[in-house]
Amino acid sequence: MIELIIMFIKTAVVFGIVLAHVAYTTYAERKIIGRAQARMGPMEVGPHGLLQPIADFIKIFFKEDIVPMNAEKFIFQIAPLIILVFTMINLTVIPFERNFILADLNIGLLFILASASIAVYGIILAGWSSNSRYSFLGGIRSASQVLSYEIALGLSLAGVVLAAGSLSLRDIVIAQHNTALGIYAIPQIIGFIVFVISAFAETNRAPFDLPEAETELVAGYLTEYSAFRYALFFLAEYVAMYIMASLCALCFLGGWTIPKFITQILPFLEKVPGILWFAIKVYAFIFLYIWVRATLPRYRFDQLLNIGWKVLIPAGILNLLIVAFIKKFLAG
Amino acid sequence: MLVQILFGYFAFVIVFSSFMGITRKNIFHSLLWILLMFLHMGGIYLLLNAEFIAMVQIIVYAGAILVMFLFVLFLFNFKEEINEKIFLSSWQARLYTVLIILFIFILGLLSYEQKYKGPYTIDLIEKQGHTKTIGIALFNEYLLLLLVLGFMLLIPLIGVGLVHRRRQKNGNS
Repeated sequence: MIELIIMFIKTAVVFGIVLAHVAYTTYAERKIIGRAQARMGPMEVGPHGLLQPIADFIKIFFKEDIVPMNAEKFIFQIAPLIILVFTMINLTVIPFERNFILADLNIGLLFILASASIAVYGIILAGWSSNSRYSFLGGIRSASQVLSYEIALGLSLAGVVLAAGSLSLRDIVIAQHNTALGIYAIPQIIGFIVFVISAFAETNRAPFDLPEAETELVAGYLTEYSAFRYALFFLAEYVAMYIMASLCALCFLGGWTIPKFITQILPFLEKVPGILWFAIKVYAFIFLYIWVRATLPRYRFDQLLNIGWKVLIPAGILNLLIVAFIKKFLAG
Repeated sequence: MLVQILFGYFAFVIVFSSFMGITRKNIFHSLLWILLMFLHMGGIYLLLNAEFIAMVQIIVYAGAILVMFLFVLFLFNFKEEINEKIFLSSWQARLYTVLIILFIFILGLLSYEQKYKGPYTIDLIEKQGHTKTIGIALFNEYLLLLLVLGFMLLIPLIGVGLVHRRRQKNGNS
């Protein structure tokens, strides 16, 4: 019973921290993009606009929840919940520290891939049920995009799984720490690049944000949504960004550890708690997301699919073959 | 006790949602019921301690195949193409289908054995890990079958490419 309560508190803490992060990621995004475009970003609410996310939150939750007249009412209403639940559920299998993980599954990586593939339904259903052409096209685009890039994502992670010999995220980090370089991003550089590009496409972020391309589709599958259902989609998108960033940190950048050759030179770094390293890696990846959004233009849809199928998937297979070759002949 | 309750829940939802899936008029709704069924089948596998198969079930069936179905629904206009004639209209065809399914069902029941005797015991799986056991068995014992299966899956891929090529040559229809 007490165990259950502790588990409940732990889950609440993790979810609370992630939601707070999401709120301030929107702020960081507006600030960084503002700076990139030689503007100030939000400045009015609080010092340097620091209270802006709270103001946005209050505003969006007091708006009217509108359901279009000919929409499939029930599906329209649960679609944001589906996507939010199946992204938030991923937080349970992510190890933030050596001993801080909500549910230590020995197939954690597969779990994340599985729930990501279910979360797509939220987008498709939202697009279909709103009974609007813009939403519908956004839904189709998103489905084909996520479906295509899931393969590349899976292939790049397959290299990591092969090298670590485990599907458990904790074991992957430990196996990574025991290699000479300490991170998989250097020996598996091809897989790392494939992973980063597909992570951008999987979360529907720029430069692959075609499902919600403003210039073509108003707001894609979000067009008909308003008030807190819109906010739920937004939340899910940012949580998904954090999931991808954590996955990148865990599978390619060594998670909560830092490479051994660094601690040999600077031994005092071992005293730093692991969660700090993990947070730094995740923040760096989130910054990359925002940076790319501020600098790169959007791809055309056929370009997007061509990159996915003709470049990333072959590159992923090549990476897998190289890892298999190294594991078989060089590492013994 | 908890296991029985969970199994009862999963079994009930599977039966109910597959029934709803084949009786809905709106194809989209029936697809959603089938999605629910696939998710609960993953749950049944989890109860059997087959976590790898459970996840693969969800990734492949719910995540890939059903999305393909949705695509087909999106890209074709079914209101015009489906008329009143149902796929299996003659009573003979229905009878044969039912008989074949019954035959497979009985075959499955007959081959069920309570006490499994073979190399893959519970001890081995606990020691080695579920995923690893599957991998070793799949790529050693069943390698030929796996290759044949992969080849079979390659054939439709080539077929689709050929159809596309032919269409391009004949001008877009």
